[in-house]
Amino acid sequence: MSKLGAQTWEFQRPPVLISTGTVAGKLESEGPIGHLFDVKHSSDRVENLTWEQSEQVFFQEAVHVALQKANLLPQQVDVMVGGDLSAQLTSSYLGLKQFSVPILGVYSACASICESLFFASFLVENGFAKVAVAGTSSHTSAAERQFRYPTEYGVQKPPTAQRTVTGSGVAILGDSPAAALPIRITHATVGKVMDYGISNPWEMGAAMAPAAAHTLTTHFKDTGRSPADYDCIATGDLGHIGHQILRKLLADEGYTHLTQLTDCGILIFDPNQPEVFSGGSGGACCSLVTFSHLIDRMIDGQYKRLLISATGALLSTISAQQHETIPGISHAIAFERIEEEELK
Amino acid sequence: MTTASKNEQKAYQQTIKKYRPAKPMGKNMIRAFLVGGLICEIGQIVQWFFVKFAHFSIQDAGNPTVAVMIFLAACLTALGVYDKFAGWAGAGSAVPVTGFSNTMTSAAMEHRAEGWVAGVGGNMFKLAGPVIVYGVVSAFFVSLIRYLWIHLV
Repeated sequence: MSKLGAQTWEFQRPPVLISTGTVAGKLESEGPIGHLFDVKHSSDRVENLTWEQSEQVFFQEAVHVALQKANLLPQQVDVMVGGDLSAQLTSSYLGLKQFSVPILGVYSACASICESLFFASFLVENGFAKVAVAGTSSHTSAAERQFRYPTEYGVQKPPTAQRTVTGSGVAILGDSPAAALPIRITHATVGKVMDYGISNPWEMGAAMAPAAAHTLTTHFKDTGRSPADYDCIATGDLGHIGHQILRKLLADEGYTHLTQLTDCGILIFDPNQPEVFSGGSGGACCSLVTFSHLIDRMIDGQYKRLLISATGALLSTISAQQHETIPGISHAIAFERIEEEELK
Repeated sequence: MTTASKNEQKAYQQTIKKYRPAKPMGKNMIRAFLVGGLICEIGQIVQWFFVKFAHFSIQDAGNPTVAVMIFLAACLTALGVYDKFAGWAGAGSAVPVTGFSNTMTSAAMEHRAEGWVAGVGGNMFKLAGPVIVYGVVSAFFVSLIRYLWIHLV
């Protein structure tokens, strides 16, 4: 691993993607990419469990599915790295305790998936782990209840609001390209906290867009690459409104005509679905879309290089009540397809 | 610098205004007017029932009428209908007593998993609490002013 420029690390022995697991809630399963998820739930609540416990089950299921697809047993996993939005990371720790595997909880709000991937890749590359699991989860009702209002409370939301994604997305990384997907992780750009004074909790897209713009431009400068080197650049959960702001910020930096730029929060829902407003958000938004829709396109060869820049809004229930501003953070991970010639 | 300067923050907040879709004020106001009025009409019918069939005086019929409206809203909240209706109706459903009922029922349902005492009991007034606190406080001061006016002026 070597450091490039200010904020980017390049993997000398890039870890490979062994498998992915995706578990989705009701609205996500009914959405435009719903058919791609491994497990589709018809209800966001597992019978007799609370919202929070349901989220733990979804996380657990995603790891199970990923292990199953890779033909691995939990004992073969050296380390798990996970994050979620529930206070004190209960979805990760309580959800994954039954696997009895060394586990690290990480938090960058909705950008946690890229932080998880960064640590897991680092451990695999340096030989500290042969097999590492990285994943995140989120749940719309658990998040609403923690950060906003009770589920059944009737309130009119503004069009800038976003819907927290219910589900979990997990990836298994390994050190050997044999029996793995033809995809490796080549770079990671770790973001800085960007504060532009947004304090309205209904404007997460605007709060996070400067962080995404900063991380993306830094990634291009550090690696000497340009947006054209990627077939797809996807931010985590800026939503429709945040995405337009990001385009403006990137245009100010001289990056225009970005047809490959998209956002997981836009991809996961159809604007005509009920109560999705500006789009999806939450820790599972980026991981669900990346590990199904986007990775599938890498497997079938449509994308050669993919850049994911997960975005997080940094607030707690306390900081919001005390009227602190909501800074954003964004970490980027670059995926690359391994062509068959290279494997020989 | 990752914390933008005051000027940069101001410029950014100015920029994003263009990207923020306008709240549909006109539509929301019309909906609130119609739904709020309709809820009051239903209340009126309930009150009329109490007067006509239970032989209450118009004044006495007030309390049981409010109870019926609260009960209806609580039922609709429990059935998972009220939040969808309120998301559409906005202030029209929030201002009448039905909105108050919804805040209490939804909070009670949400915290049922944490038990009857600490969960339901402790959180039922989470959203409704401020309304009660400032309702009582303002009622006290209004009556105080009225008292002083009548007795001292």
